Amino acid sequence: MLKDITIGQYFPGDSIIHRLDASFKIIITLIFIVMLFAADTFAGMLIGVTFMIMSYLLTKIKPKIMTKSLKPVLPILVFTAVINVFFYDGDVIFRLGFIKITDDGIKNAAFMLIRVVALIIGSSILTYTTSPIALTNAIERLMSPLKKLKFPVHELAMMMTIALRFIPTLIEETDKIISAQKARGADFETGSLVERARAIIPILIPLFVSAFRRAEELALAMECRCYNGGEGRTKLRQSVVKPHDYVALIISFVFLATVIATNVILK
Amino acid sequence: MSEKNIISAQGVRFSYSSAEEDKKPVKEILKGIDIDIKSGEFVAVLGRNGSGKSTFARHTNAILIPSQGVVYSNGTDTKDEEHIFDIRKSIGMVFQNPDNQIVAAVVEEDVAFGLENMGVPPEEIRKRVDEALKAVDMYDYREHSPGMLSGGQKQRIAIAGIIAMRPRCIVLDEPTAMLDPAGRREVMSIIGRLNKEHGITIVLITHYMDEAVKADRVIVMDEGKVVLDDVPKKVFSNVSVIKKAGLDVPQVTELIHELNRSGLSLDPCIITEQECYEALKKILKED
Repeated sequence: MLKDITIGQYFPGDSIIHRLDASFKIIITLIFIVMLFAADTFAGMLIGVTFMIMSYLLTKIKPKIMTKSLKPVLPILVFTAVINVFFYDGDVIFRLGFIKITDDGIKNAAFMLIRVVALIIGSSILTYTTSPIALTNAIERLMSPLKKLKFPVHELAMMMTIALRFIPTLIEETDKIISAQKARGADFETGSLVERARAIIPILIPLFVSAFRRAEELALAMECRCYNGGEGRTKLRQSVVKPHDYVALIISFVFLATVIATNVILK
Repeated sequence: MSEKNIISAQGVRFSYSSAEEDKKPVKEILKGIDIDIKSGEFVAVLGRNGSGKSTFARHTNAILIPSQGVVYSNGTDTKDEEHIFDIRKSIGMVFQNPDNQIVAAVVEEDVAFGLENMGVPPEEIRKRVDEALKAVDMYDYREHSPGMLSGGQKQRIAIAGIIAMRPRCIVLDEPTAMLDPAGRREVMSIIGRLNKEHGITIVLITHYMDEAVKADRVIVMDEGKVVLDDVPKKVFSNVSVIKKAGLDVPQVTELIHELNRSGLSLDPCIITEQECYEALKKILKED
């Protein structure tokens, strides 16, 4: 049941986007986010969306997978868009009692909708085409300047790696505990919301106990393998930055500049 | 202390000191242990739960420090904190639950973990990881996620992670306890091979008799003491001592013991099925 959930989904492939260096991909995603929020005009937004669609087409990932990532947030999106439509001042287009729809309201709602959808798709492109390990390594590398400020960069990356490693193990364990509690007569499906929330406690407690036990054993095993923090550590995989990484970075900066330019010109 | 001993425990006593202020009397787990393990040996340590066998194992690479007595690992006193990583480099340890000792989400990354900690250069890591994975027959799985592997395969990955560090000795703390029979066979054949072909000293903590039979030497522990310490044949002929230590003897030995008790005079040192078969055939022919 719980096995269907995949967190940090990654779809292995061999597209140009897959082959880009992970830390460049993170930076490009950040540039894309800036682009979306900088866009003030429809033209600017169109450029941002074009950039997204272009990168998406290069990933060669099926559209079905992309739409799937949007499904869970759809109700929230529609709801906020509707709220946006009603609560903006501007030239009134339509009025019914105290409800009024303004042109600014429609514009804002549309912008917000495009922004959030593009944001989700954009970040999905990042996680769909980058393996979790490459992603953690990239985050460690991007954050390494923070080491000078005594920020525990290596520790954070280690925690992420271990968390990723243990997600499937703990999901499997949760499944087992649920079955064990069901066998003892626990009821998770009926009752009020409070009752159902309370039924989760007998799952959570054994899960936590076991997670702590695992953590202790893992720490011991890590110590036995000379783990001593980030000091003097080397890496199996050295990431090599290739020319196409820089090309991709330049392209995304060009897009960002165009978006900003449209703002200035069209205002 | 001779150079030939990779591990040398002398008069080791150990009790967990209670963390609370009230100083409750704590149970002594090791009550004076003397064990010398020679370089290249394959030693099995047997004992029931609570016999102190795992506690002894944890003394070999300075995870635990004796309350009294000394442990020399690869010639270094384990109390010497400066050399703690040298000791752990030369004495590797594999634990019972393979799930809880795999750190990374990709097989080869996990095998590389120890080497990364030691600061080995990347090209050298690559080479050693490949070697280690080939030594445990898991090279084809190097890019898999450990979650998808069987228990025996995971344990072999854990062993590969240790041998990549090129230790002189590997201490395995009940490595087969959570595995199915096929997984146990895989792991035991790898352990045997590492000992015979790579000359790595093996200390196998177990409670499976049939695994202990394969060792060069068997140490039986009970209640924090060494009860027996000899070649498997001699150890298993002491049926009454082994039973007192809460263990079972191999089925063959049990059979010989029972037959001898009812009047036959068979060699009590028989431990393999083949030997037993020969001995029984001889008797039946004589009759």
